[in-house]
Amino acid sequence: MYDSGKIISGLIIFLIIATAPIWYTAASGGTTKGPEPEIITTEKQCVRDTDYMRHDHMELLNEWRDQVVRGDDRVYTTASGRKFEKSLSNTCMSCHPNKSEFCDRCHNYMGVDPYCWSCHIEPKGGSR
Amino acid sequence: MKVRRRTFIKAAGLTALSVAGGKAVAQRYDAESWLSTGGLKAKRWAMVIDLRKCNEQHGCTDCINACHHTHNVPKFEDRKHEIKWVWKDSFEHAFIEQENEHIPEELKRSHVLMLCNHCDNPPCVSVCPTQSTWKREEDGIVMMDWHRCIGCRYCVVACPYGSRSFNWVDPREHISEINPDFPTRTKGVVEKCTFCEERLAKGKLPACVEACRKRFAGGEDTTPALIFGDLEDPNSEVRQLLKANFTIRRKPGLGTEPEVYYIV
Ligand code: HEC
Ligand code: HEC
Ligand code: HEC
Repeated sequence: MYDSGKIISGLIIFLIIATAPIWYTAASGGTTKGPEPEIITTEKQCVRDTDYMRHDHMELLNEWRDQVVRGDDRVYTTASGRKFEKSLSNTCMSCHPNKSEFCDRCHNYMGVDPYCWSCHIEPKGGSR
Repeated sequence: MKVRRRTFIKAAGLTALSVAGGKAVAQRYDAESWLSTGGLKAKRWAMVIDLRKCNEQHGCTDCINACHHTHNVPKFEDRKHEIKWVWKDSFEHAFIEQENEHIPEELKRSHVLMLCNHCDNPPCVSVCPTQSTWKREEDGIVMMDWHRCIGCRYCVVACPYGSRSFNWVDPREHISEINPDFPTRTKGVVEKCTFCEERLAKGKLPACVEACRKRFAGGEDTTPALIFGDLEDPNSEVRQLLKANFTIRRKPGLGTEPEVYYIV
């Protein structure tokens, strides 16, 4: 075989470069991190269970929007019987006023940019 | 009944407290009570505007200010960009074909308050391709769903009363003081008065009506110029006024059946 030395060292260099991102994260301290939304309310519970909220809050917001605007139905009752106004700015943002450390932290990570804020008012000091 | 000193002091203290704390308490109570009691309901909301009373308050714009602040309506110097929910114009502009050369001088000079007429046969509704605007069956309010409006402006053209405005530019920079409780709109959507359906849902009268009531509350005659109520209820204030006074509506010949009535 000709040039086996060159080929093998070439292959090794290629492998190192191709797997570099893995080595890099390993070297710079552990696994890649997900977003860490900050909860600052003293309340214990969201309007639905945390798992549902984490995955499907946009569905809930869409439901609220249609029920309020098209169905004149503005009262949301939680599983435990607590009543809330179905409102993005007045309800969600009263418990989560830290928009940039909460909503935006996840959204930036996922690359989503809800257009709601071009009309709905952001809580003060929570701009992105 | 004899009032003992202690009772008197207690009562006086309580009164002072309730005056000081009254506003905060009332607001907190309001903010939550509607969640269980529900809002104001009617079969057919309608408004009566007493132009005589309105014009006695020379140049008053309390209702316009209240509405435009409540709903974050922007203010533009340039008439081309104007956004209006409630506005005033001359009698001859408001009542085209109902004026004539010899009507009383004060009527000719008077200013007419105008808003969406919440027509029984709203021409804006039938032209909307996305059902962003529709007449609510329960109470006749001509609604807006700003989430669906694509800005085609058919409704602006269809409305014979000029009640609809289009946002040619971003309105946000033209709102002097933003009310955080109500969303603004964006460039590219149409807007108009909704008879304050969001306030009715919380048990409050429309912002313009409330402002007018406040204006008249101190005077001799406390009946305001703007009266709001249920047209289907024969005992309502609007029905009483319609019964006792001759009223006119804007462009009645078109068959739109406006639900804003004017005492002239
Ligand atoms: C009464 C206060 C309250 C209201 C109102 C509220 N939240 Fe929450 N929310 C919380 C709390 C507390 C948590 C954390 C629950 C936990 O740690 O299990 C939470 C969690 C969440 C999460 C999951 C965060 C994570 O760590 O994954 C999302 C998303 C969320 N809320 C969105 C919303 C939205 C959208 C609304 C409006 C529809 C809303 N919240 C209304 C209190 C509230
Ligand atoms: C735990 C992370 C997380 C938190 C916290 C969070 N979101 Fe989200 N949100 C997401 C993800 C992920 C998506 C996009 C999912 C997709 O694209 O299918 C999303 C999508 C949305 C959408 C739909 C956007 C679109 O363009 O369809 C809205 C509206 C929204 N979020 C509102 C909020 C609000 C308001 C808050 C704060 C009260 C919030 N979210 C907090 C993760 C989060
Ligand atoms: C073009 C402007 C505009 C945009 C964009 C917009 N909204 Fe709205 N939204 C409004 C207006 C105006 C209302 C009416 C408020 C009322 O009647 O109380 C409203 C009402 C709502 C309501 C019920 C009342 C309340 O106080 O929240 C919800 C929920 C809602 N919108 C959710 C959303 C979500 C989620 C988005 C983004 C995915 C969004 N909206 C984008 C203008 C807008």
